[in-house]
Amino acid sequence: MGAPRHVPPDPSARLWRNPEPKRGYDVVIVGAGGHGLATAYYLARNHGIRDIAVLERGWLAGGNMARNTMIIRSNYLLDESAALYNHALNLWEQLPAELDHDFLLSQRGVLNLAHTEQEVRDARRRSFANELNGVDTEWVTPEEIAEICPILNTSDEVRYPVLGATLQRRAGIAKHDHVAWALARKSDEMGVDFIQGCEVTGFTTDGDRVTGVQTDLGPIAAGRVGLAAAGRTSLLTDTLGIRLPLQSHPLQALASELLEPVHPCVVMSNHVHVYCSQAHKGELVLGAGIDPYNGYSRRGSIRTIENQLAAAVELFPIFARAHMIRTWAGTVDVTPDASPIIGPTPYENLFVNCGWGTGGFKATPGVGWVFAHTIATGEPHPINAPYGMERFTTGALIDEHGAAAVAH
Amino acid sequence: MLLIRCPWCGNREETEFRYGGQAHVHHPQDTSTLDDQAWAEYLFIRDNPCGELAERWVHTAGCRRWFNAIRDTATNRMRAELPSARKPVTR
Repeated sequence: MGAPRHVPPDPSARLWRNPEPKRGYDVVIVGAGGHGLATAYYLARNHGIRDIAVLERGWLAGGNMARNTMIIRSNYLLDESAALYNHALNLWEQLPAELDHDFLLSQRGVLNLAHTEQEVRDARRRSFANELNGVDTEWVTPEEIAEICPILNTSDEVRYPVLGATLQRRAGIAKHDHVAWALARKSDEMGVDFIQGCEVTGFTTDGDRVTGVQTDLGPIAAGRVGLAAAGRTSLLTDTLGIRLPLQSHPLQALASELLEPVHPCVVMSNHVHVYCSQAHKGELVLGAGIDPYNGYSRRGSIRTIENQLAAAVELFPIFARAHMIRTWAGTVDVTPDASPIIGPTPYENLFVNCGWGTGGFKATPGVGWVFAHTIATGEPHPINAPYGMERFTTGALIDEHGAAAVAH
Repeated sequence: MLLIRCPWCGNREETEFRYGGQAHVHHPQDTSTLDDQAWAEYLFIRDNPCGELAERWVHTAGCRRWFNAIRDTATNRMRAELPSARKPVTR
């Protein structure tokens, strides 16, 4: 599993048009991040709906899509989660050919480390659950880990020795910006309008029916509206009086200077809470959990970075002298059960896709597929049927907290 | 790193505190009469403004007491640190 050293293809001179918005569309998607792009793509490809606008207050894929750690995996414990993320992983594998754009999907394997006896039991349980759900998984011992990832400190001379790990070999990373550009180019070819610099500020309604969106470029009518606005979702639903169980938090990641390829896979540790991989170009890319307090500043706290770097250096002593050159934060929306909300709302014609917390990137094609189905048919796809907002009233939570292989 | 003012101890670094979420969320009265919707509201739903939010903090590494503050979630500017009170802080 040596780290490949290829570079992304040069983007075409023009990937998408920049049209003026029309007065109305069959479908308006709010948010041109990965999820909004994938939703538009599958609306056009799977459902033949071409009269679509994707509205973006900043620039295309400039929000959390530009601020993630690129990791793709599907080794979730619960059936509902495994179905959603594995659907995404299956799509990831066919997308480069389908989109005719190499976004450097690298299935280099993801190790989820266990550092305590309880974590060993939890990880093995998750591994068995993955097998039952047809998700590839292996339990590996410290000796095997040392062969897979020689730079990882597997000695017992540390505070939290590595007692084993789950390994998903199909998991890996993909170059996130190129994923977005590939989806945008193909959607544009099918007629989707991407309107950048267009902030949605509210909705137009007729009784309990949404008929369009209000934007700073004027009102735009819509047959159906899909929200894929991540951290700012509840600011929009608040304007309709829909109270969603969402809290927005800063989520930070950081990247080092360019280094020789030394880190062959992705390593995640829930217990000491850091995850690390080496990007195609050579940077170490690290992430951890959300900052504890609510925030829209897109600027996290140094304490979170201190904690994750301390954990990273204990796991990877070789990185002690690496220089970190960039940190950044996105605004993620977190739900009480650490699972997304994908489905209809009390308003006819309005659909939400939100609450992804720290884990939205890996789901990009999978959620695009099921959210497009939900918007096109008005009904959830079987995969996202359990993810409705009503679960917080019925109590049928999808409680992936702690079971998700990394804390949210 | 936030610099947070504890009403008893003064300005301290954020690492000394833990966050307690939205302030003034009280356990409902007459619980036997509540429907599922009302329970869901109490258990799961909190304000999530881009702007000022009344919230709770506890000075875990110091006096270990709770207090309320109003913080702007867009700028992190904090004001009106008061001992934890039942009445909303509006000063």
